[in-house]
Amino acid sequence: MTLGRLFRRKTFDHGVHPRDFKDLTSGLAIRRLPFAPRLTLLLSQHAGAPSRPLVRPGQEVVRGEPVAEAAGYVSVPLHAPATGVVRGIELVATAQGPKAPAILLDVYQGASQEILYEAPPDLQNLSREDLQGLLQGTGIVGLGGAAFPTHVKLRPPEDAVLDTLIANGCECEPYLTCDHRIMLERTDDLIAGTQLMMRALDVHRAMIGVEDNKRDAVKAIRSKIPANSGISVHAVETKYPQGAEKMLIESLLRRQVPSGGLPSAVGVAVFNVGTLAAIGDLLPRGRGLVERLVTVSGTGVSRPGNYLVPLGTPVRYLLEHAGAKPEAHEVILGGPMMGMSVASLDVPVTKGMSGMVVLEQRHSDLKPRQVFPCIHCARCVEACPMHLNPSLMGQLAAKREYTTVAQEHHLFDCFECGCCSYVCPSNIPLVQYFRIAKAINREQAA
Amino acid sequence: MSMQDTDLRVELRTSPHLKQPLSVDQIMRNVVYALLPVSGYAVYVFGISALALLVVTTLACLLTESLFCWLSDRPNSLADGSVAITGILLGLTLPPGFPLWMAAVAGFVGVGLGKALFGGLGFNVMNPALVGRAFVQAAFPVAITTWTPPFAPNRFLEFIPSTLSLPFLQPPDTSQWSQQVAVDAFSGATPLALQKFQHVGTDTMDLFTGAIAGSAGETSALLILICGAYLALRRMMDWRIPSAVLAAAALTSLPFWLMDPSRYPDPLFVLLSGGLMLGAVFMASDMVASPVTPLGVWIYGAVIGVLTVIIRLFGGLTEGVMYAILLGNALSPLIASVTQPRVYGVQRKKAKAE
Ligand code: SF4
Ligand code: SF4
Repeated sequence: MTLGRLFRRKTFDHGVHPRDFKDLTSGLAIRRLPFAPRLTLLLSQHAGAPSRPLVRPGQEVVRGEPVAEAAGYVSVPLHAPATGVVRGIELVATAQGPKAPAILLDVYQGASQEILYEAPPDLQNLSREDLQGLLQGTGIVGLGGAAFPTHVKLRPPEDAVLDTLIANGCECEPYLTCDHRIMLERTDDLIAGTQLMMRALDVHRAMIGVEDNKRDAVKAIRSKIPANSGISVHAVETKYPQGAEKMLIESLLRRQVPSGGLPSAVGVAVFNVGTLAAIGDLLPRGRGLVERLVTVSGTGVSRPGNYLVPLGTPVRYLLEHAGAKPEAHEVILGGPMMGMSVASLDVPVTKGMSGMVVLEQRHSDLKPRQVFPCIHCARCVEACPMHLNPSLMGQLAAKREYTTVAQEHHLFDCFECGCCSYVCPSNIPLVQYFRIAKAINREQAA
Repeated sequence: MSMQDTDLRVELRTSPHLKQPLSVDQIMRNVVYALLPVSGYAVYVFGISALALLVVTTLACLLTESLFCWLSDRPNSLADGSVAITGILLGLTLPPGFPLWMAAVAGFVGVGLGKALFGGLGFNVMNPALVGRAFVQAAFPVAITTWTPPFAPNRFLEFIPSTLSLPFLQPPDTSQWSQQVAVDAFSGATPLALQKFQHVGTDTMDLFTGAIAGSAGETSALLILICGAYLALRRMMDWRIPSAVLAAAALTSLPFWLMDPSRYPDPLFVLLSGGLMLGAVFMASDMVASPVTPLGVWIYGAVIGVLTVIIRLFGGLTEGVMYAILLGNALSPLIASVTQPRVYGVQRKKAKAE
């Protein structure tokens, strides 16, 4: 029982309160990034099967035109983010490490931002199945970072009975503010998308959860919710990782997703607010996802902001526009708690990339720290939102007892939120241990 | 700006990329700070003997730690500050007139046997200071129960006669000296002993302020509470442990006192006398040797509180805190393993399966 709950704030147990650094960008309106001379469209920028290319080298494409199709059910198509000519399909560097195939697109000088390629459907007479197909056609995936094809969530397991749609507007990662801007500037799209998904899922209740450090967003949304729409907006405690779907479900509904299960097991489908706004914007017009909002922030850039970035833009190009300082030292894709630092600045912006945080070396968090043995201070235990025992798991992992950690200590319930490493006064790289332990367990199982 | 202008050197690290600043050495340093007023007051009450005692135990612990680090080829671990805490705590648990050479032995055994042999900080099962204290309790049973009066007039100028006794020789008898220097009549017994064997109470105010005979650090309950509160407020000590210990001790002693107030001490006396306060606040709360689980912490504290009272009331010893904590330490892995937190989303599944 946390103090927050005593005062009837909607929240979950445990978690941490890192400094959020959101004031760097939360007040900055969305700005459009110009086209980079060449875009790199990774065929696999979503969870599931990589898209299958539809274009040949030398072929001209129009902004918004499909350039790759979905390769199966858990897959989505890709659309040309700019008008130009296909240079080729090659292996390129990715943020994850190994090289992967991508469509290289040379953008025409002075190409228009306007999207001409669209096919508005007749939304009135659509069945639920039609909506799913249409949604897959937009290429929309979870824009909060997971990049899981959204249309798949519209077909929950047979035995699941959904009663609530949750729109996740927590944005609990420090620095990131793109969802905040979307809730403020694209409120109508957000509500339209929410209503479409309620229809597609046949649920009559939608709850939009927003951390209570974004009161303006709560107000903006509340003022625009249509009467009797079943949509409500809720302020939840500002605490990391409030935006993890399991935590948000607990905060809003007091339900716990079973270990190893999906939110549908407790009657819930969770969508990120950015995803819903994209749905509300693109689906009625029959357009494809060609750009996304990326927060570029951190002390390493002189022009932080919330940029509307064409997919495939090289990170380097984005960095230059944001005014990367020469002392910039670490570039993190995503938020600083769960994002990964990139080795190569040539990797492209993908559908799942919600932010880019650029840190300088003098930033205290980058200083190497001495690692001490675990002193059993229990801070990690009290921080873990999954109520695991990272202290014990860490000690077992250090002893390479990887199977014990997995079988007896719920290793696979850890979602690598980073709270334990964040609080550990011994500076033990707990999350890193758990990643290794998971990888080794998976290998042994294979 | 052209694309080639940015020649950034990037560093690869894994998430999380943010870190709460507090680290182990800072926590340990603050515990040392919190112990300084307690030590200072002990010196004020018992004079240079107490000072010498604290210096010797601390030095002995520091040297032992260095020695074992060197022997086992580990990097020197003095910097983490934990061994300084052990040294000071050990000094505070000994009688102020304890022969210095015995104190050095206690330090050596405590750190060597109680900590270094387990693998150093974080791996010790029990509180090293108490291990040292328990060793000398067994080895030098007379010296460790020889008490001297507080506020001896010349305490800042002369040592208690036993302090400087030579190694392996019988320390001189201090009872005559004690009678001479005592402000009031001095019985040579601690308030606990007086209560237990003669059923003579001690003024609560004296206990609170420490104007009593006892170990160097058994003196002012009030000061210990204040210093502990400082640590708890800075979140460098788990307030739940001392709370559990003290609450359990009070609750356990209450029925006995209600039954026979002339024989059994009242709960307030139980809390304020002997080493309970120091033990609860600074030793039971030693994170290394206490459980990490939320429920386990309470159970562990309660076990120590109950054991302390039981040993005091029914054991042959007047003071039970030390053994109670050592037992609590020994039980703590077991307590932790039976109180593992309920993992999010797990019980539900089990309930469904049943
Ligand atoms: S990273 Fe895993 S173990 Fe650590 S706090 Fe998060 S869920 Fe718990
Ligand atoms: S936070 Fe670090 S030192 Fe504290 S118990 Fe957890 S792993 Fe051990």
